[in-house]
Amino acid sequence: MTLANPSDFNGNLQPQGWLRYFSFSLDHKVIGLQYLVCGFIFYLIGGALAGVIRTELISPISDFVSRETYNEVLTLHGTVMIFLWIVPVVNGAFGNYLIPFYVGARDMAFPRLNAVAFWLIPPAGILLISSYFIAGAAAQSGWTAYPPLSLTTPAAGQVVWILSVLLLGGSSIFGGINFIATILKLRRPGLKLMMLPMYCWAMLGTSILVVLSTPVLAGTLILLSFDIIAHTGFFNPTMGGNVVVYQHLFWFYSHPAVYIMVLPAFGLVSEILPIHARKPLFGYTTMVYSIMAIVFLGLIVWAHHMFTSGTPPWMRLFFTIATSFIAVPTGIKFFNWLATLWGGKIALNSAMLFSCAFIVNFVFGGITGVALAQVPFDIHVHDTYFVVGHFHYIVYGGTVFVIFGSLYHWYPKFTGRLLNEDLGRLHFLLTFVGFNLCFAPQHWLGLNGMPRRVAEYDPAFTTLNQVSSVGALLMAISTLPLLINVVVTAINGKEAGDNPWNALTPEWLTSSPPPVENWPGEAPLVTEPYGYGQHQEAKA
Amino acid sequence: MPIRTALAVLTATTALVLTGLWVGNNVNMLPLGASSNASTYDDLFKVLFSIGTVLFLGIVILLVYSLFRFRRRSGDMGDGLAIEGNLPLEIVWTAIPAVVVLFVGLYSYDIYERMGGMATLNDHMSMDHAAMQQVSVKEGDSAGRVWGGIGVAGLDAAPGGPVLPVEVTAMQFAFIFHYPGADITSGELHVPTGQQVELRMEARDVIHAFWVPQFRLKQDVIPGQPTVLSFTAIRAGTYPIICAELCGPYHGGMRSNVVVHEPEAYADWLQQNTPNRTTA
Repeated sequence: MTLANPSDFNGNLQPQGWLRYFSFSLDHKVIGLQYLVCGFIFYLIGGALAGVIRTELISPISDFVSRETYNEVLTLHGTVMIFLWIVPVVNGAFGNYLIPFYVGARDMAFPRLNAVAFWLIPPAGILLISSYFIAGAAAQSGWTAYPPLSLTTPAAGQVVWILSVLLLGGSSIFGGINFIATILKLRRPGLKLMMLPMYCWAMLGTSILVVLSTPVLAGTLILLSFDIIAHTGFFNPTMGGNVVVYQHLFWFYSHPAVYIMVLPAFGLVSEILPIHARKPLFGYTTMVYSIMAIVFLGLIVWAHHMFTSGTPPWMRLFFTIATSFIAVPTGIKFFNWLATLWGGKIALNSAMLFSCAFIVNFVFGGITGVALAQVPFDIHVHDTYFVVGHFHYIVYGGTVFVIFGSLYHWYPKFTGRLLNEDLGRLHFLLTFVGFNLCFAPQHWLGLNGMPRRVAEYDPAFTTLNQVSSVGALLMAISTLPLLINVVVTAINGKEAGDNPWNALTPEWLTSSPPPVENWPGEAPLVTEPYGYGQHQEAKA
Repeated sequence: MPIRTALAVLTATTALVLTGLWVGNNVNMLPLGASSNASTYDDLFKVLFSIGTVLFLGIVILLVYSLFRFRRRSGDMGDGLAIEGNLPLEIVWTAIPAVVVLFVGLYSYDIYERMGGMATLNDHMSMDHAAMQQVSVKEGDSAGRVWGGIGVAGLDAAPGGPVLPVEVTAMQFAFIFHYPGADITSGELHVPTGQQVELRMEARDVIHAFWVPQFRLKQDVIPGQPTVLSFTAIRAGTYPIICAELCGPYHGGMRSNVVVHEPEAYADWLQQNTPNRTTA
């Protein structure tokens, strides 16, 4: 495939109207929205699965679903939320929609590969969910699929799980290659790397991680499937295999996967805050270097998931230090965001509420993360609800909050209409209260003796588990105002105009929604995407 | 006025640090401590909790204050100040997390060493050597094992007298404890206070994990790779043993108890349960 001018196939050959969202469209904006809607459907499915978990945990005995079903549900919940909701949406949806605008291109570098990457997701997702009905039993070994458990649970479900994750990994790699090529090679003449909006840097870093680490997961899962189907012994201890090697290979992808979910969210927040605070993004250069530092460090911290796996002491020490140091570039980013807000003229709308709540949640999750990086601390709380609380603060309190904030921010770009602010604030309030009620108590539960992935627990923990389940219920309810808002506003929402936020980033310098190929004429050259306040000074 | 601002910042920071220290030292988040390293662990926890509270509250207060003070007044369509960066400020907030992280890292290294975690680092070579020499030794001999877990310092000699070895077999969905000296097999772990216990752990089927929250210790029990976990209990009582690694449908029910006796009571238990004594 070449870096073709996409006008050859983006014109009249493509289906028009709503039908194009169900077609093999090559328009990056259509593909972005396909990712977004598809991801959101899987969010609702993953949320329903979480509902099953929280319902089971209302009482300390296993009484809602069977124990096997419970393990299937927790496996599917993790897999769906990571591989079908967060990764595709925060990378695929916003990446596809925004990156071509940000680099001043008419489309992604490889539009067909882009469409293929998206169209791998629905079949992979349907395959995964259907394993619950067709294969008799879905995978039961958690999203980590540690052998030998994954070799001894029902084989059909585990193999379907592997196939599904391989397809999704393939989609992710195609997307990563496409983003790297687009950002590095498709920039409009005159647009230098250090002029790019921060989300481009975040996606560049993320895509480097995707391309370096996802193939390792694919290889590992192929070996695991050999162990299941062909009875090889790579990870089977009775045949001389080594189960800890699987953990190393798995986490070599799955720790960077955290940054694959979080770095794009950092990028999106860096776009939202300056616009609604009317100030330039503070410390652009250090932000760029921080992203690249996180990419590098993110690749050398995987064994902190394995401090109780019999790893040698030197390894624990190394991974403790490497992990702790991620706090430094991450801290820089948070201080820069606070400095961006300082002295601004902040409009505290729904997009900003979610973005600022992201800061609160992520700082909390980051602090527990630095604690977890310390071997002696981790040895007590590893594989407990403390860890469950921690990573939900990172991936939900962090990334999902940013996805919602981004939805309020870019919805007028997608549709030309503004989302209703009252419903937006209600959505925020329910989500923020529900989220903290659900996950904050889990830290205490873990410290005091509740392991993760259990259907039954010590009756002493009943009250806090019920509080957590009430929080989950609020989170479930919170999707209603969002859904109502999106549907009602699409039909008769307030007209947004082309640039309702008076933003300077390139996607707002065209009509809303934008035409095919993004600009009627030449793409504008935006050398200062965060140049707020400068025109005022010039006038004064 | 710069001096008044500086004073206000200084006062706020002092109040914040004091709050953090108070929270870290007075809010108890942990269960009872029943092993010799539990108090060491709790010290680390207090330090991390204090630092975490200061950072979290500091950032949240700063954020909420900014959102309030710099809120957009209605009708104001203008921009904020065109400040794009400030090198000294950025150096400061690179340095602060770096120093905090360095301190936490060194402190937790010290804690880890006091718990006995780093002792094996020094003995690692000799242990590898021993393992290689005895590569043909039959299973069950502790010399051929991977020494996992913390609290494995002083495998040969401990301050409380000789080490009490217990063989642990983990399977779906139970722990079996075998006392090689007395030939007792039990579903519960019984140990005396004050004596170092060395658990030699093997898994029959899948990965399990041995966790006693009151001991602040956890070690995976791995099929094909025996592990060892040492601890010294210091407080009599009955505490839960919890499997902490997903091991199948009844994972949540894979629990047992560790009964910590005073030495005399332990001797009685040992006497009552040793098979030879009852038949003699």
